[in-house]
Amino acid sequence: MAEPAIVLERLVKRYGKGPTAVEALKGVDMAVHPGEVVGLIGPSGSGKTTLLKCLGAVIEPTAGKITLGGEVTFDQGWKVRDLRALRRDRIGFIFQAPYLIPFLDATENVALLPMLAGRPDAVARARALEILGTLDVAHRAAARISALSGGEQQRVAIARALANKPPIVLADEPTAPLDSERALTVMRILNRLACDYGTAIIVVTHDEKIIPTFRRIFHIRDGRTVEERGDGRPLY
Amino acid sequence: MINLAIRDVRQSLGRYLLTGVGLGLLIGVTLTMAGVYRGMADDAQTLLRSAGADIWVVQQHTLGPFAEPSSIHDDAWRSIRGLPGVAETGNVTFLTMQVAKGAQDVRAMVAGYEPGRPGEPAFLIAGRPVTRSHYEAIADAQSGFAVGDRIRIRRHEYTVVGLTRRMVTSGGDPMIFIPLKDAQEAQFLKDNDAVREERNRLAQNPAINRPGVPGLLEAVGELQTANRYVNAVLVRVAPGWDAGEVAAEIRRWRRLQAFTSAEMEQVLVGTVIERAAKQIGLFLVILTIVSIAIVAFIIYSMTAGKLREIAVLKLIGTRNRTIAAMILQEALGLGVIGFFVGRHAAQLWAPVFPRHILLLPEDALRALVLALTACTLASLIGIRLALRVDPAEAIGG
Repeated sequence: MAEPAIVLERLVKRYGKGPTAVEALKGVDMAVHPGEVVGLIGPSGSGKTTLLKCLGAVIEPTAGKITLGGEVTFDQGWKVRDLRALRRDRIGFIFQAPYLIPFLDATENVALLPMLAGRPDAVARARALEILGTLDVAHRAAARISALSGGEQQRVAIARALANKPPIVLADEPTAPLDSERALTVMRILNRLACDYGTAIIVVTHDEKIIPTFRRIFHIRDGRTVEERGDGRPLY
Repeated sequence: MINLAIRDVRQSLGRYLLTGVGLGLLIGVTLTMAGVYRGMADDAQTLLRSAGADIWVVQQHTLGPFAEPSSIHDDAWRSIRGLPGVAETGNVTFLTMQVAKGAQDVRAMVAGYEPGRPGEPAFLIAGRPVTRSHYEAIADAQSGFAVGDRIRIRRHEYTVVGLTRRMVTSGGDPMIFIPLKDAQEAQFLKDNDAVREERNRLAQNPAINRPGVPGLLEAVGELQTANRYVNAVLVRVAPGWDAGEVAAEIRRWRRLQAFTSAEMEQVLVGTVIERAAKQIGLFLVILTIVSIAIVAFIIYSMTAGKLREIAVLKLIGTRNRTIAAMILQEALGLGVIGFFVGRHAAQLWAPVFPRHILLLPEDALRALVLALTACTLASLIGIRLALRVDPAEAIGG
């Protein structure tokens, strides 16, 4: 089996100091392989978002180790620009709301990432159009964000997350605002992309509609994770 | 690379342009204020130059007729004329007063001069020069008078026989030129009641109205109503002579103050216009501060309105400098729009002003630099706000 794309070992995150300190993560262990879509579920305040922020290289864990694609993040000597490059090139983010840049059109929203990575404009735009086509929104490529429907916006957001072909995608409640049919469509897309590109995808969710589709689920409770086998209900 | 600033501006183009236009009007006012000052200085210089004098001779210890009262005998020119290097002299008087045309009153500076000598208007745009000894006038076009108009100065009526242009004081009052004798009379001419009152007072004064000294009362009365003074003597130096040296000779031998035309310009610009310049300067400072505050507020609001987008941009790996450049470019764009609108507005409304507004290209260039500097400063507050945005905010929680 291939080396895991994401490995968390005894990950601890503590906010504050002294007696008022709050330990949001209390030694999380997790491994996700390329091409795998796993669920991360848990009640509010259980540490899901903290875990996502640690994985997304936006906050530094207090203790433990995060290995993304074989590279240990927040290791000695890591600088802000390294984290920025890591987020840009190796992690894709999908949010609960699309959070697209409203003053860019659909293509520009997607092409921005390859451009930030230094790819020529034409290459970046071609890549954007390709991935928008994969997600069946190529016909809306030139549309302003405000002119897109909610579903179209979410697809563009997914396209943006995958624009740099990252080995890891972190999705924070990507189906929350969608009805069942659209939520399952999004999951279908994520599974297909994971399969096609070998991307490891972690989906944080509360959504009962999609939980049965995961093969592996990590329950997070009181800052610790417990892995269980999911139903893996077919999406096709 | 996509230009984020252009895309962002395009999204809220109307608001952005309106802000630019608003800023432009402020810049227009700033340019106009500078133009007012330039106009004042230019008017003063034009007035002095058109007098055609190399030296202005005025009362000792005074700064001349435009800065403070100056009074010298109207025969002083004879002794000045006799000095080496003096080619021509001319007596002049200046008096600011209300000049009436029918029911209309115009505030003007009435200048008395001797036709054919230094001090007469350098050129006419209509009519002819004064040819009679009395009651003919040449008016600046800004007075609104036309050739043939009958105007009243004190008790006498004058006919406007010629018009000149750009002959206004540094205060913007148009000049009206009349023969010297008329001007001297106008300076001291009293109304009939005042003359009668003065005669009665003299007649009741036993020191003057002495029974044993016939003619004393009439002589004193005559002295009190006659004016043998002028405000300045204008001197034209002979070819090959240095005006500064001739002026030094006049100061040394005639106990009078003598300014070269360059010194007189300095007196006008440095003394008479100085306070106005300071006032305008303060207005310029206030307007600049207001402009910076407006741009800062707009840029801050624009930035505050897209904090979520900035957080997302940072999360996906956008450099801080790319975000800062977006905000700076938007601010500079406002400055450029503001400058062009302001310059155009100033050119548009300058002719409507009653005073001469002189818009110089170098002032426009200064305004552009100032506008861009102000916008750069104003953008700092927005940039600071954007740079403090934590990319983790995009994830929420």
